[in-house]
Amino acid sequence: MSDAGVIHDIGYQRYEGPRLGRSAMFGAIYQHGLRASFGLGRSAKAKIFPWLVVGIVLLVAVINAAVKAQANIILFDYFSFDDTLSWLVIFFVAIVAPELVSRDMRSGVLPLYFSRPLRAFDYIGAKFAALASAVFLLLGVPQFIMFLGGAFTTKNGASGVWNEFLDLLPGWGYSVLWALLFASISLLVASFTGKRAFAAGGIVAFFLMTAPVVGVLSILPSKTAQHLAGLANPMSLLTGVQSWLRGKTDLGLDIGDFGVIYGIELFCLVTACVLLLLARYRKVASL
Amino acid sequence: MTIIATQSLTKTYGGGVTALSELTVDVEAGVIGLVGANGAGKSTFIKIMLGLTAPTSGDVRVFGLDPVTETDQVRARVGYMPENDCLPPDVSAAEFVTHLGRLSGLPKTAARERASEALRHVGLYEERYRQIGGYSTGMKQRVKLAQALVHDPDLLLLDEPTNGLDPAGRDAMLNLVHRIGNEFGISVVVCSHLLGEVERICDSLIAIEGGRLLRADRISAMTAASDILAVEVSEGTDELADILVQRELTVTREGRMLLVPLTSESAYDEILRAVAELDLPLHRLDQRRHRVAELFTTKETADV
Repeated sequence: MSDAGVIHDIGYQRYEGPRLGRSAMFGAIYQHGLRASFGLGRSAKAKIFPWLVVGIVLLVAVINAAVKAQANIILFDYFSFDDTLSWLVIFFVAIVAPELVSRDMRSGVLPLYFSRPLRAFDYIGAKFAALASAVFLLLGVPQFIMFLGGAFTTKNGASGVWNEFLDLLPGWGYSVLWALLFASISLLVASFTGKRAFAAGGIVAFFLMTAPVVGVLSILPSKTAQHLAGLANPMSLLTGVQSWLRGKTDLGLDIGDFGVIYGIELFCLVTACVLLLLARYRKVASL
Repeated sequence: MTIIATQSLTKTYGGGVTALSELTVDVEAGVIGLVGANGAGKSTFIKIMLGLTAPTSGDVRVFGLDPVTETDQVRARVGYMPENDCLPPDVSAAEFVTHLGRLSGLPKTAARERASEALRHVGLYEERYRQIGGYSTGMKQRVKLAQALVHDPDLLLLDEPTNGLDPAGRDAMLNLVHRIGNEFGISVVVCSHLLGEVERICDSLIAIEGGRLLRADRISAMTAASDILAVEVSEGTDELADILVQRELTVTREGRMLLVPLTSESAYDEILRAVAELDLPLHRLDQRRHRVAELFTTKETADV
């Protein structure tokens, strides 16, 4: 205790200014969460990992753009960029999702949140939006760098830039799907424990343990089993959705005519995770 | 002004545990002590007032608002300090309280200003830029109080604010609560299981036991009628007692002393006159205030 027993006699001022509604509180949590995703406003230790991942991702994008400009070899397009870096995305959410939700649970700060005019939806909705934005930035910004590389070295003038941009847009769209799926799953896993290490392990385990299932299913003799194999794992699910939407068959995953199923599962998975999160925090919010 | 009103408020948890039963109470503005043993239903009462749990039956109004249906309006005017540890270790107090100010609806700059002001009022100055993890228990309690104060509520709900504090820290915290209630113009409900602690700073007292209301009244009303004069004379105690009884005063003996309740304005003078008339050597004349605790002696023994 500092100055135990000293009475500090400074007049108290009542607050007469505006009081904002729940949307402003949502915004405050969102902003706080997005900053925390990259360790901003946190200790130096909290910055190491997110920025390491960001650094690698940016480096890959720059190299990709440079190689394309110099040697005209395309290492990745906007889509395969996401697929290739899936490991980094997994590690990113495994660190950031516990930072966003497990930390609040561990420190017991939630009663302070939920004794304010704030609901479970505002809290978890803002956290989800923050993490999804962070993952999108992680993928979208390097994609934009690749776009800049392509745009500045195009030989077809304005129409070349425009064509490059038309390639970038669906790439961003694909990154949005990544962001939504990874954010929803990792937040759900993290919301079950207050221990960050457990949460991180759980998230990595969820993404990696399902990968062998895809492998097993895809060597089954049944054609249908092979086509549906990708549903078992979030990464191959996204690849499946991509090949459905783009009509591509050279992505290393044969989905046959089941593209719609992939789309439906993606939608249902994200929705289910968000609803489960809401249910979970409804319970937490009532203390 | 009535700030909290309940009508036969009952809360039963699943499994048949009754936390509150038929609680009917009207609370006036000021510093209010909510006393009861652990498990008496204090925390449940607070949760219901915050709209965190709905009552099983009965009715509750905070500032005339129903916490169940008008949760936001109630919470905007109420500040809550929980009993448990609730601070993240790796942020500074200034940042943390600012963030919670924004979650109470304050705009960004206002939140920052109010946060440093609230921290100053609870007695944290330069320390507020340090990480909370390095704070002492006393400082943490102050941060918890500051976050309840940051949005300038009209009512503070403090759940065991002196928990874990040393005697000096206790006094400082109680003084602070007293100041908030009397100088800041904010009503305060202080939960405690220590009666002696809250009776010093409270205007009124609600005592609950096993979810039932034991007594709710202003402290002055509880103690006013029970002032007692202790008289000690070195000889002639019996004669004095006789005279006092003749003058229609109730006298009880306690060792060598006579205890006389001061029922009327003139009782004090009567006693002095009686002593003077008998010409007795007066040793002690001692006006005792009844401590509120004595009103609950049966309860206290029951709790041990």
